[in-house]
Amino acid sequence: MPGFLLQRLAQALLVIFIMSLLVFGGVYAIGDPMAMMIPPDATQADAARMAAALGLDQPLWRQYGVFLSQALHGNLGVSFAFHVPAVTLILERLPATLELAIAATLMAIIFGIPLGLYAGLRPNGFIGRSIMAGSILGFSLPTFWVGLIFILVFSVQLGWLPASGRGETVDVFGVPLSFLTADGLQHMLMPALNLALFKLALVTRLVRAGAREALSLDYVRFARAKGLTEARVIGAHVLRNILIPVVTVIGLEFGSLVAFAVVTETIFAWPGMGKLLIDSINVLDRPVVVAYLCVTVTLFVLINLAVDLAYAALDPRVRLGGEAR
Amino acid sequence: MMKFNIRLWICVATLLANAAMAGDLRIGMSADITSMDPHAVNITPNNNIGWHVFDALVHVDADARIAPGLAQSWRAVDDTTWEFKLRRNVKFHDGSPFTADDVLFSMDRAEKLPNGQYASFVQRLTDRRAVDPYTVRVKTATPYAMVPYDLNSIFIVSKKAAANASPEDFNNGKAMIGTGPFRFTRFARGDRVELAKNPTYWGGAPAWDKVIFRIIPNDPARIAALLSGDIDAIEAIPTPDLARIRADKRFRLAQKVSWRTIFFHMDQWRDVSPFVTDRSGKPLPKNPLKDVNVRLAISKAINRQAIVERLMENAAIPASNLVSPPVFGHVAAIKPEANDPEAAKQLLARAGYPDGFALTLHAPNNRYVNDDQIAQSVAQMLTRVGISTKVETMPINVYLPKARNGDFSFSMLGWGSFSGDLALRALLATPNADKGYGAWNWSRYANPAMDKLLDQGFATVDEKKREGIAREAAAIALKDQAVIPIHHQIAVWAMKANINYVARTDEYTFAHHMK
Repeated sequence: MPGFLLQRLAQALLVIFIMSLLVFGGVYAIGDPMAMMIPPDATQADAARMAAALGLDQPLWRQYGVFLSQALHGNLGVSFAFHVPAVTLILERLPATLELAIAATLMAIIFGIPLGLYAGLRPNGFIGRSIMAGSILGFSLPTFWVGLIFILVFSVQLGWLPASGRGETVDVFGVPLSFLTADGLQHMLMPALNLALFKLALVTRLVRAGAREALSLDYVRFARAKGLTEARVIGAHVLRNILIPVVTVIGLEFGSLVAFAVVTETIFAWPGMGKLLIDSINVLDRPVVVAYLCVTVTLFVLINLAVDLAYAALDPRVRLGGEAR
Repeated sequence: MMKFNIRLWICVATLLANAAMAGDLRIGMSADITSMDPHAVNITPNNNIGWHVFDALVHVDADARIAPGLAQSWRAVDDTTWEFKLRRNVKFHDGSPFTADDVLFSMDRAEKLPNGQYASFVQRLTDRRAVDPYTVRVKTATPYAMVPYDLNSIFIVSKKAAANASPEDFNNGKAMIGTGPFRFTRFARGDRVELAKNPTYWGGAPAWDKVIFRIIPNDPARIAALLSGDIDAIEAIPTPDLARIRADKRFRLAQKVSWRTIFFHMDQWRDVSPFVTDRSGKPLPKNPLKDVNVRLAISKAINRQAIVERLMENAAIPASNLVSPPVFGHVAAIKPEANDPEAAKQLLARAGYPDGFALTLHAPNNRYVNDDQIAQSVAQMLTRVGISTKVETMPINVYLPKARNGDFSFSMLGWGSFSGDLALRALLATPNADKGYGAWNWSRYANPAMDKLLDQGFATVDEKKREGIAREAAAIALKDQAVIPIHHQIAVWAMKANINYVARTDEYTFAHHMK
């Protein structure tokens, strides 16, 4: 087990290193960040002074060297646009994004598994077919369009829910959380649902396919022959087996929800991380882009780790670290 | 019945919202606010908040003309010395009195803050001293008329609260103590800024107890937030939504000609310009854009009225100048070039291009209102007179570095300036790093006569005389067709029908001017 963890850590560091190289090169290829930063009334001398203050007058390899040595000391740089450490910016927005992503994932699981199971058990019934038809919509409708329609219907026309923004927050151990207030929940409902729709469709279809496959397998027939109740057959045997692919997919999708919920965050003016990344790319704020992707890579590594651990718990045949081949 | 119900719901919701938040004003902002530190990042959204919490010595009125602020009056003692008489009995939000010390401290801080973007406004002031607690004198090395203008950009912070303060101390409110109409309450980055009324503001207490600036850069989201009653007012209304809001009785629009001018720079320095060829794509022996007849032909080929009416939904006026009509130094005598394709063709023929030539036009696609569509229509208009024009648009973060690098031949830029001579200094003066001239002169237009007038104007302390000189300089550049002005934008705000706003040329959204 420790060996397994170490190996994962080494992988993560390698990925972060390669990624930082790519981002440095990428931002450099787009253009000189100075061009986006200098105010209109700045003179050439002002521009030169600003470039020197940020080290942007140095050749790229030296800028990268400075970044590496600072990063090894735990400093991922100061944002060009905000004049605040990049990591602070990201961590500050993490709670908003995390609560949105968790809410969306919970919605996808809570609605997706029962719907998928039902559709899998009664594939030819009216409701089963309706669920599948509905899931196609969830897949194919673009997020931004659904988000706008939500706002149009529930905020502008009906006036039931606030159109955008994050609601009132409560500090829990210094972390501002909005899901603990009524106002916060109201603000979260639409963006979370918007974000959940695609995942919901995905989970529904996965569970349905898994259930249909499992139902025809020997162990289910055997369980039925043994005279187990239908609830026990489905709940204990079928569900547990189909959960393995579902857990993988939910894990990966959760990572992408956290890191790249840009569209939803933009439409609902949700002060989350995805928006930060896009805004930073738009103003060529390289330190934030690099730090953001470092955090994201770490996040994905952690999620993958959690997924592997969950496998081991769900499926006794899986052993970590290759101890029992 | 259903419709009635919806209306009822909206009424109830509005009533509830109003009952719960009497005296609150919620404003939707179109761009991200990055820092509270008034001497750190010089961008409009940050300055917009700065103007609520702080004051400067010199203010700007709704027509972008300078007006007294924390300085009650100022005068040039001699050509290189300026004296500012400070307003008495002004108190900071923490109750401490405002004096000359705070002014000197703020100038110092603006100059020395690491990586601060306001240093250029005080660097020319070589000697700064307090004559008495309510008089400040500054000296410049050479005669410099723009001192009051430059000091419009220096927000006055409290020496007591901001000594050794970092930008973070402003963001968390510790140093965020000013003399302005609102006190700072909270800054949630990427989300909102909350302010509370300063009941003892020297300019009169504002009408609102609490003001919340919500950051909603996405256009549909901002409009939806207004339509749903989430917020009370928004800035920067996208042109396609104007008609709809105008027709809705629940809302009111406030608008004014903005100082922002959309125009095209043209390569006037290279003999062979990278994106100008003959019609078959072969390089031309010389650069046609260097010929004033060709530039005039281009200007005549453009139908500004059509762009203003069809693309901008009348949220713009045709431009002839670099600065819009209310702004200092606008030359009213020069009218927008009339659209005359025939004359354009003749001019091209006379210049030696009877068959025209080919051009690639570059423009951003996410910076100015309808920028890519404007680029497309200008290209079609040029093609109609024989200049076969292709369009390449790109995001501003790709566009700007390339444009500054001189990669383009014909490129769009939008500019706002509170005086004509400042615009000329940045956009058309012969580039000269020592003088700070021509930092944005992508055309590399160079005219010693105009440069000389600018030198003279910036050394002329008398405002009337300076405006005359600024107009003369502008007339020279405009007669040379140094750039092709397209239009001046009209800035539009939308708000609930019971709110009034005195719309501003400088596009700032001021809660204390909403009633």
